[in-house]
Amino acid sequence: MAQHTFRVNGEAVTVDVADDVRLLWVLRDVLGITGPKYGCGINVCKACTSHINGKAFNPCSVQVKDVGPDDEITTIEGLPDTVGADLHPMQEAWLERDVAQCGYCQPGQIMAAVALVHQVQAGGRQITDDDLDGIRNVCRCGTYNRIREAVRDGAARM
Amino acid sequence: MTTTPDQSHPGRPRRDPGSPPDGVSRRSFLGFVIAGTTLTVAAEVGGAPPASAAVPTAPQVAELYDLGDLQTHSALPTSQLIRITVDDHGLAHFAIPRMEVGQGITTAASMIIADELSMRVEDVRVTLAPARPELVFNQLTGGSNTMESMFTPIRVAAAVARGALLQAAATALGATVSSLVVKGGVVTAPDGSTRTYAALSGAAASSTTTAVRVELAPTSSFDVVGTPRGRVDALEAVTGRKRFTMDLDVPGALPTMVCRPPTLNGSPRSVDNLSAVRAMPGVTDVVVVDTGVAVRAETFGQCIDAVRALRVTWAGGPVEGESDDTVLNRLKAAELPMAVPKVPLLTQTVDMRFEFMFRSSAALEPNCAIADVRDDHATVWAGLKAPIVAQRNIAKALGLPIAQVAVNVVTGGGSFGHKLFGDAAIEAATISRAMGKPVKLMWHRADEPRQGRTHPMATSRIRATLLAGEVLTFEQRHTSVRTDFSHGLGERLTAMAAELPAGLGNLGLAESIFTLTQELPYDFGVVTQLLDEVDMGFNTGSMRNIYSPDVACANELFIDQLARKMRKDPLAFRLAFLRSERVKACLRKVAEVGQWGRAMPTGTAQGIAVHSEYKGATAVLVEIDCRPETVGRQVRDAVTGPRVTRAVIAIDAGLVVNPLGLEAQMMGGVSDGIALALTSSNHLVDGHFLEASWDNYFYTRQWNVPPSFECVVMPSDASLPGGAGEAGVAASVAATACAYARATGTVPTRFPVNHGTVSFTPKTFVPPVPPSPTDGLAHTY
Repeated sequence: MAQHTFRVNGEAVTVDVADDVRLLWVLRDVLGITGPKYGCGINVCKACTSHINGKAFNPCSVQVKDVGPDDEITTIEGLPDTVGADLHPMQEAWLERDVAQCGYCQPGQIMAAVALVHQVQAGGRQITDDDLDGIRNVCRCGTYNRIREAVRDGAARM
Repeated sequence: MTTTPDQSHPGRPRRDPGSPPDGVSRRSFLGFVIAGTTLTVAAEVGGAPPASAAVPTAPQVAELYDLGDLQTHSALPTSQLIRITVDDHGLAHFAIPRMEVGQGITTAASMIIADELSMRVEDVRVTLAPARPELVFNQLTGGSNTMESMFTPIRVAAAVARGALLQAAATALGATVSSLVVKGGVVTAPDGSTRTYAALSGAAASSTTTAVRVELAPTSSFDVVGTPRGRVDALEAVTGRKRFTMDLDVPGALPTMVCRPPTLNGSPRSVDNLSAVRAMPGVTDVVVVDTGVAVRAETFGQCIDAVRALRVTWAGGPVEGESDDTVLNRLKAAELPMAVPKVPLLTQTVDMRFEFMFRSSAALEPNCAIADVRDDHATVWAGLKAPIVAQRNIAKALGLPIAQVAVNVVTGGGSFGHKLFGDAAIEAATISRAMGKPVKLMWHRADEPRQGRTHPMATSRIRATLLAGEVLTFEQRHTSVRTDFSHGLGERLTAMAAELPAGLGNLGLAESIFTLTQELPYDFGVVTQLLDEVDMGFNTGSMRNIYSPDVACANELFIDQLARKMRKDPLAFRLAFLRSERVKACLRKVAEVGQWGRAMPTGTAQGIAVHSEYKGATAVLVEIDCRPETVGRQVRDAVTGPRVTRAVIAIDAGLVVNPLGLEAQMMGGVSDGIALALTSSNHLVDGHFLEASWDNYFYTRQWNVPPSFECVVMPSDASLPGGAGEAGVAASVAATACAYARATGTVPTRFPVNHGTVSFTPKTFVPPVPPSPTDGLAHTY
């Protein structure tokens, strides 16, 4: 066992867990932060998508020893705080379009969508169909078209 | 205090008082005010129309009495136990004896209650009832039957509550019941004085249980039902606050996984390194169970490491050595012969045969359950669509009385038929007892396609005879690996045997369900559709519909070929032979919206198809792009292939409770249909399925999604809802297949069309799960 310190949703945390435990399980099983979901454990389904220092990543594929005290992890629970509001504009777009069905993939979808919009806006572009085609998050309920609409809508609000 | 309801539905605004009552017009129903300190009511629904005594040669059985009728009627004798409580905060509570898996029934039920009680949807709390064995046949979520079977019981219970609240208000306000107006849970008397439901709840309660007769308002008076509403759990879903089974914090229930055999349904013989694995970091317990070797640890990550470290000797299991081809051979040998009636000379015969591969019904939330088993009682939490059956099976596995097994139903992260079975709940209970500790069991993703439930492989042979522009006969022989119905539907069928239409008596269980679900909506002369099954020991189940996606795909592709033989346009042919006006209306609508017949480039085409089931009808038009530059587009670790570029679906689902939710279900149905036609299947090789994750099992992804999607909800004068959850799939897979055939000039006969190509390197079978990567920080964006 070893101690690891990093920041989650604006707060510094220290956990006592083996070096190689993947961050997803540190978040879920140790810290009780359950917004990021397990769907594959091999960085394919993207249900656990969260942010590290503002960029999308998948904690199922990062060992806890690879994050440090300066790293800021943001999960869906901390997303509204990044804009200082009750809800992030992407979450509002999601509600407006009634995107969720079962809801299991939705935290990951929203975190991926926010990062995609940041990336596209940083390039001075608008979201294109190709950008939307490139979203890898699985939605087994198949609410993909509403996701596409909400990403565009959320981008307009961001 | 009296509980006699007022007969005239005071305070209920009528949208169109001049129109004749429609739907459930002035039918009288019995309800109860239940003894208690806050208002609790219950509904009893009786007087359902009996099934037809005899079935004429046409229409088909399912048109007169379908699977939904079976479920609805078998639920009736216990529907009096459907209860609604209005508490002293003015909130209405209803524990629905069904499971929410994303299909939107908690939203729809909230809307029905809010409408009947003239209160805000936000003030209705619908939760999922735990297993209630006294409900017998009234706690199974399946067959797209929830709204059909629950709509009237919920309305009756709410109407009884409304009556009791208004009576209490009349007493409190010194007014007649008929003079009161209700809006937003506030009752107003003619003099302007008001009482809230919160204030009236106690006074409306009864010290004795009292029977009450109520009448339901005509369906034309709905205010909430029929309007688009966002899901009641949407905010929780988008904030990550929605709790699924694995998010629950049950004291001591540590992460638990199972090291599973390399072949399907194999079993452990011995473990070489039990003590070494028990000593691994975080590991607390390792036990051998029937399904494999269970490990419990501080984190799921450490469970994965332990599963990978186990050295187990396995027994092979029932399908050792089997492969796609050997199973197909078994099916072919079991295909029932055609029996074309005597037809005139010069009759043309058309024969086709289609094959449908194994498909995984796994949801994104893998199989999971929490179990806390003690010496004399057990508590389980899981997503269960048939919790009474699960409770019975858990009790049996543990040797406990049913009453000592509490089974809590948790909202599911998808189901698609997967959660009809209590596989994970039974396994978790078994492991918890073996370890003597609470466990939070999760299947690894790799376990799902390899050991989980699949939609069985099937073949469909069709033969038709044509003469002078008419179809004289249409014969279908559907042959399938056995579908498991042990989730309770089989028991219903047996119990309801006396009520079923004549002609079903001699059929076995699966054949009966096949007959109860199949409607060929065309006038094709003598029609016979028969099912035969082969039992080979696979783990099967329904998968967002039972037989229909395969049957409809075969039928509609075949019908396109009939049209071609008769030199007719696919749309014109269907309109000429369809006998259902509802199906025709849907078909005309998608043809109009989708501009059927518009000029398209070579290598692209439209396809059109229909389906009729669940007291409703669907039609789908798709456009597909099969040009090389599209088919060959590259996406990492993905299957691209032909792209459906446009989908238009029209649905007549009878009375629509929530059009926004219905559209969502159609969108999902189209996504499923595209996957079934083009990309998603399991490959059986040497006794195991090759697929192990979403980079092997190709469910529709964003790069496969039609950029243009439209759903048209058809107007309906039906008085009851039909089915929605599964209704969108069959016509979608069929239309996609038809479009593919037209775009490529080749009629596909094996589905999905890409099954012949294994486009991935299979992950290891020993160890049975892949390691978690460590390079996640190299892929940020």
